[in-house]
Amino acid sequence: MTPVTGRTEQPLAGLEIEDLRVTFDGFAAVDGVGLRVGPGDLRFLIGPNGAGKTTLVDAVSGLAPATGSVRFGGRELLGRPVHRIVRLGIGRTFQTATVFENLSVLQNLDIAAGSRRRPHTLLRQRRGVPEEVEQALETIKLTAHRDRAAGSLAHGQKQWLEIGMLLVQNVRLLLLDEPVAGMSHEEREATGQLLRTVGEDRTVVVIEHDMDFMRSFATSVTVLHAGRVLSEGTVAEVRADPRVQEVYLGHAVGEEA
Amino acid sequence: MTAYLLKRRTTLAGYALAAPLLFAVAPAAMSDFRLEQLARYLCFAIVAVGISLAWGRGGMLVLGQGLFFGLGGYAMAMHMKLADAGAGNLPDFMLLYGSTDELPWWWEPFRSPAVALAAVVLLPMALAAAIGYAVFRRRVRGAYFAILSQALAAAFAILLIGQQATTGGTNGLTNFGGFFGFSLHDPVNRRMVYFIIAGTLLALMLLTRQLFLSRYGELLVAVRDSEERVRFLGYDPALVKLGAYTLSAGMAGLAGALFVPAVGIISPALVGIVPSIQFVIGAAIGGRASVAGAVLGAVAVAWAQTTLSEEFPAGWTYFQGGLFVVVVAFLPGGLASLWHLATRRRRSRAGETGRVVAAA
Amino acid sequence: MTVILTQAFTGVSIGAVLLLIALGLSLTFGQMGVINMAHGEFIMAGAYTVYMLQGPIHSAGFSLLVALPVAFAVAGAMGVLLEWLLIRRLYTRPLDTLLVTWGVSLMLQQLARDLFGAPNVHTEAPDWLSGRVTLIGGDDPLTLAHARLFILGLALAAVVALTLTLRLTPLGRRIRAVVQHRDLAEASGIPTARVDRVTFLIGSGLAGLAGVALTLVGPIGPTMGTNVIIDAFLVVVVGGIGQLKGAVIAAFALGVLQSVLEYSTTVSVARVVVLVAIVAFLQWRPQGIHTVRTRSLA
Repeated sequence: MTPVTGRTEQPLAGLEIEDLRVTFDGFAAVDGVGLRVGPGDLRFLIGPNGAGKTTLVDAVSGLAPATGSVRFGGRELLGRPVHRIVRLGIGRTFQTATVFENLSVLQNLDIAAGSRRRPHTLLRQRRGVPEEVEQALETIKLTAHRDRAAGSLAHGQKQWLEIGMLLVQNVRLLLLDEPVAGMSHEEREATGQLLRTVGEDRTVVVIEHDMDFMRSFATSVTVLHAGRVLSEGTVAEVRADPRVQEVYLGHAVGEEA
Repeated sequence: MTAYLLKRRTTLAGYALAAPLLFAVAPAAMSDFRLEQLARYLCFAIVAVGISLAWGRGGMLVLGQGLFFGLGGYAMAMHMKLADAGAGNLPDFMLLYGSTDELPWWWEPFRSPAVALAAVVLLPMALAAAIGYAVFRRRVRGAYFAILSQALAAAFAILLIGQQATTGGTNGLTNFGGFFGFSLHDPVNRRMVYFIIAGTLLALMLLTRQLFLSRYGELLVAVRDSEERVRFLGYDPALVKLGAYTLSAGMAGLAGALFVPAVGIISPALVGIVPSIQFVIGAAIGGRASVAGAVLGAVAVAWAQTTLSEEFPAGWTYFQGGLFVVVVAFLPGGLASLWHLATRRRRSRAGETGRVVAAA
Repeated sequence: MTVILTQAFTGVSIGAVLLLIALGLSLTFGQMGVINMAHGEFIMAGAYTVYMLQGPIHSAGFSLLVALPVAFAVAGAMGVLLEWLLIRRLYTRPLDTLLVTWGVSLMLQQLARDLFGAPNVHTEAPDWLSGRVTLIGGDDPLTLAHARLFILGLALAAVVALTLTLRLTPLGRRIRAVVQHRDLAEASGIPTARVDRVTFLIGSGLAGLAGVALTLVGPIGPTMGTNVIIDAFLVVVVGGIGQLKGAVIAAFALGVLQSVLEYSTTVSVARVVVLVAIVAFLQWRPQGIHTVRTRSLA
């Protein structure tokens, strides 16, 4: 694996969530969640359907209105518009890879790298490939495809491109929503390695359903159930938790045990 | 990369060809009357340049450009009226209607040539910035934006008609004697107006092309394709769109201002719903996402309208409507996309992957 | 006191006209997301239907009543034809639909000019609609034209009929199913293409009814559709997408606002103020905002 992971000048920071609540038409999708992700952690967020995983990430990234407190590196995130939260160093992906299909891979990455550029530089033409974009292209292994339209990439490649966009954005907290859904075994393995590399100098939160994937790559796990935190700890601790086994009865954990 | 350079070279060759055509061949070969008609088409083409920026690249269907065209046009016309009347006098039409003995306060600043010149661009841009900020910030977009912009143009026309005593009403402002001290009765000066228009058009085309190639151009396409995703990259899409919308308004204002000395009139019939949509038609038929396509489309449609509608008024309307339907429904990239299709086929036969063209 | 009441009633009757012209749109635009600029010309077709029927049917009152179903059918047929020829190919490109249908509207206007001539034509109002009801007598009377009451009644009847159709009939359930989840509806065996066409038929037919009503309050001409289409769209925009109730409230609110402003200023200033009010309203309640609550951004 290429050791290059992009530029990170700022120190690692942790995510602290307190009493987070998100309500849709009276239904509490997230119901008083407290959660701490330490600086540099690679945290997996698991739970049955409807547990509130995606909603939690929506709230952190500013997409869903929420009450309570979400702090990253000591800064309160709730109440800020999406693009301001992004500028604090928080980036996310979506379950369906969302890239600019009409633009090339290179253009996608260049735009992602650009939000910190000063406005007048926007008026100039891009000459050559910026260094951080070059590095990201290598990290996500798309150097050979950089002039292809992003819309023509394979599903897995689009997911990697999204992660690459987060890298050049220089985010310090990555929120990934099911990054390996629909991927082949080999692609999963490669994505996991990518997450490890990326996680060396960043805090990463991954929502995932794939238990094998989680076991291989998670450093810590939080289990959500019905909008609340059910259990938290290392993979082994969580698997040993009887409440988790109950919720997952017949599911992945039970199968292997 | 070679394909990209090739494309760049053909575009520059196109401009190198267009400039002598506009500046030497047309003035030499055309009668004064025909040249004035061409000047009028070129004004519409300037509006189309702005439309290709806002709509073609930015995805904002600007159905109310008549509002900005009119603001620029009326600002210029008011100045020319006041200059014709001379210091301390009322413009002729106000004396004619006899309903005011005093110049309305909002006419007063337009006595100054500098204020008028600044106003033709800044007034439309300021209004567009205000509307755009209110609308884009609240994420009003797509059809809602289109309808709202159209309604604003309609309201402007209604307002102009309703205030006959101070705006000339349905007749608009007409009968101009001079243009910044040059008599418009002199054909030489009218040719000068033509050259100003042609020069402005070429300059704006080059500027817009440069914008398309810039990082801002790429960002604008990104916003058009997925506004939400851009938000998650740390940009405020409202500001990105606001830039393109405001610029397109400024271009429409400038076009309106140049239209007045070239054609000699500005009236509500030139700023309402129908002309506003016609601005878009030209750009759509030529090719909304390409500057040259939009410009050629606008000129061609305006030319066809003038020549064909004289001979076959009914037939022309069917033809225009039908052409519009067929092009938008079955060739959304406009006639310019035929060119792209042809070059792409040639390129793929040569086994090259081209640069991604941001054609919608 | 009478002044206020008069303005209120004028507002309500403007609102009733707005409601009628917007009702069909709230179905095609609001429910299906199709921006049909030719809707105005369907209204025009309804109005010319009245004009045509007054030839063979001499009683103005009878011809007006006959015109209601005929206009619905004529405009509905035009709508189905348009949907079949063009719109069904453009469901994924709403903005292009707007432009394409504007081209159609241009051609339909020319067709009207060729068939009926460019000048406006007039129809005779039936006797039973030419009088006025006196609500308050005395020196400062408050009266209402029968024609206005008829339009109000027609608008309310159309709303009730449409609501009942959507709520109670199998067709209405299918329409709502397709609106809420097209793919799921298709997977459940609902012929979505046919439902689209029927929805378009009803929406366009309602435009025909509006055209009949408009003959009672204004001239009939080739450009009458252009004059009302923007108002109709604004009603739907303010009312909110897919909201019949919203369109009703918006129509009457805009009608009353317009009439009150017309009383205190001029007609043209009133129009501009109403528009500014709409932009301000959208600041408070932006329509067209698609709240992203899904797991993807696509």
